[in-house]
Amino acid sequence: MTATRRNLEGNEACALGAIRAGCRFFAGYPITPSSEVAEVMARELPKVGGTFIQMEDEIASMGAVIGASMGGVKAMTATSGPGFSLKQENLGYACGSEIPCVVVNVMRGGPSTGMPTRPAQGDIMQTRWGTHGDHAIIVLAPASVSEAYSETIRAVELSETLRVPVVVLLDEVIGHLTETVDLAAVPEAPEVWRKFAQGPADAFEPYAVTEDLVPPMAYPGDGYRAHCTGLTHAPGGFPTQVPAVAAAAVQRTTDKLTLHRDRIESWRVQDVDDADLLICAIGISARAARQAVRDLRAEGVKVGLFRPVTLWPFPEDALRALVAKSGTQTVLVPEMNQGQLALEVERVLAGQARVQGLFKIDGQAITPDEIAEAAKEALA
Amino acid sequence: MKDTADKTAFDVNHWLRQDQMPHFLCPGCGHGIALRALVWALHDLGIDKDKLAVVSGIGCSGRLSAYIDANTFHTTHGRPLTYATGLKLARPDLHVVVISGDGDALAIGGNHLIHACRRNLDITCLMLNNEIYGMTGGQVSPTTSEGRYTSTTPAGNTEPNFDACALATAAGAGFVGREVTMQVLALRDLIRQAVAHQGFSFVEVLSDCTEIYGRKNDLGASPEMMLAKKSAMRPFAYRNTVDVPFRANHLKTGVIARNERPEYGAAYRAMTAALRDGGAE
Repeated sequence: MTATRRNLEGNEACALGAIRAGCRFFAGYPITPSSEVAEVMARELPKVGGTFIQMEDEIASMGAVIGASMGGVKAMTATSGPGFSLKQENLGYACGSEIPCVVVNVMRGGPSTGMPTRPAQGDIMQTRWGTHGDHAIIVLAPASVSEAYSETIRAVELSETLRVPVVVLLDEVIGHLTETVDLAAVPEAPEVWRKFAQGPADAFEPYAVTEDLVPPMAYPGDGYRAHCTGLTHAPGGFPTQVPAVAAAAVQRTTDKLTLHRDRIESWRVQDVDDADLLICAIGISARAARQAVRDLRAEGVKVGLFRPVTLWPFPEDALRALVAKSGTQTVLVPEMNQGQLALEVERVLAGQARVQGLFKIDGQAITPDEIAEAAKEALA
Repeated sequence: MKDTADKTAFDVNHWLRQDQMPHFLCPGCGHGIALRALVWALHDLGIDKDKLAVVSGIGCSGRLSAYIDANTFHTTHGRPLTYATGLKLARPDLHVVVISGDGDALAIGGNHLIHACRRNLDITCLMLNNEIYGMTGGQVSPTTSEGRYTSTTPAGNTEPNFDACALATAAGAGFVGREVTMQVLALRDLIRQAVAHQGFSFVEVLSDCTEIYGRKNDLGASPEMMLAKKSAMRPFAYRNTVDVPFRANHLKTGVIARNERPEYGAAYRAMTAALRDGGAE
């Protein structure tokens, strides 16, 4: 094996990807099945001049990450299930105040303490709507260890350049899966940073409406002396309750992601062009679906796979175009929950095709055979 | 930081954002005095406001950060110490001051406070204790005195209250002090010492909520409330160090405790520098 090819766990790959992308601050709290992310960060960050801290709770680790990012340092945390629920308060602050940060969430069985060591995909909706109020957020869902590495790098880059929190959503299987990763497969590139404030300080507005809808960010110490608040704020950064200004402030954070959708959205397809049935899945369920597609194709059954890598915002135009092109009548959605992704697929297709769910909530990953069987039934 | 008094004249307007005036505090509220004492102490220390970060939580105290002409962060309820911890670790070159309240620091944020005391990162936490949740309309807080009326203790408070300084001291804070708003020069001096201290410093400011707490408990107007508090307090230097029972500890003012030990940020950086230089692995 060359030096760039390494056997890594998904959780480990997230940590190394973040460091590669310039993340130099990690605050965390122990929780199964994500603790390895913190452990690798504790070991690796000091070597590159970064800072690791284990905080007193999940809420505090999210707060510390936002604080570090406000200070101009790329920052990340990692958690799972109950910890992700606790982070929602401060995650909402990062959404509203547009503070770049990355949250790795390794899904486990729920609700509550649930099945800590068992896989699940029950946080699909929580990643999108977990914090209160209207907000914009990006969620990336890797389905391999290599992708955990490359998508965490992308998470840091999207978070920085768009000033938005990005969740890297793994399930327990991907988090603990060991695969060979070619670190060099992600090409060397200049480090990506947020836009920092430039020009005269008295004219600076921390939430200015720019053409790209991404306001430049002050670096404390550079003389801008900006104010940042979780209250709905005007472009100047101070609280407002002027109806039009307040509405525009919330609307811009959503419009920002819509404007940059082409950069954000990512998906993979397999055997879709002539598919009579399309499977839509993420994470380990998508890995099983990939095998199911191979097996079914070998039997002459025309099925294909659509795998959103960007889960939110959901790549909806891509899915609609695919279904229209292939003329598929049925979309099968296998997922380890009671039907969260299926809800979004139904919304997107709005009757364009029938949506059939394959839901599993027993703490076991969905197998290729189960998917193949469900596909045959749906086609029968 | 070198604790040398800045001999130039103190101009409060230099430190405040004029475009944010008038402030939103009620007439007679003690928080404005605390704000003035804070920026006065920062002036005394010759601190560059470009290098100053003020982090606040939610509540009446939380709104003060917006008035200071520095790098200011108005964060979530009870969490300002967590944001400040990340900020100070990421940017040790900044002076980080946290403004919190009794509900913010002792109730919802109590866990963060004790761990900040234990960790001993170089942050100054100013806790403005007005014994009530003023912003939400006057509910009981962890520091409300027994018997006092609030909107959620309509028959009088039956819960015992916290001695915040005893808590901070027990949790290991490097510097702990308390002062009343009427003693503004003493408060300024106390905050100056706290900010100059290398490590976590905690200052409890006994502030007055005249409009809600004062009215509900018939405590008179602001001068009466301030005077009553001043009269009740015993400057630390004059206390009987042996015989004062624990329950009376909350009546002490001045420097309550000093605990000189390694500052966490410096200790962490020394450890990581040794790892990089020495190749510990």
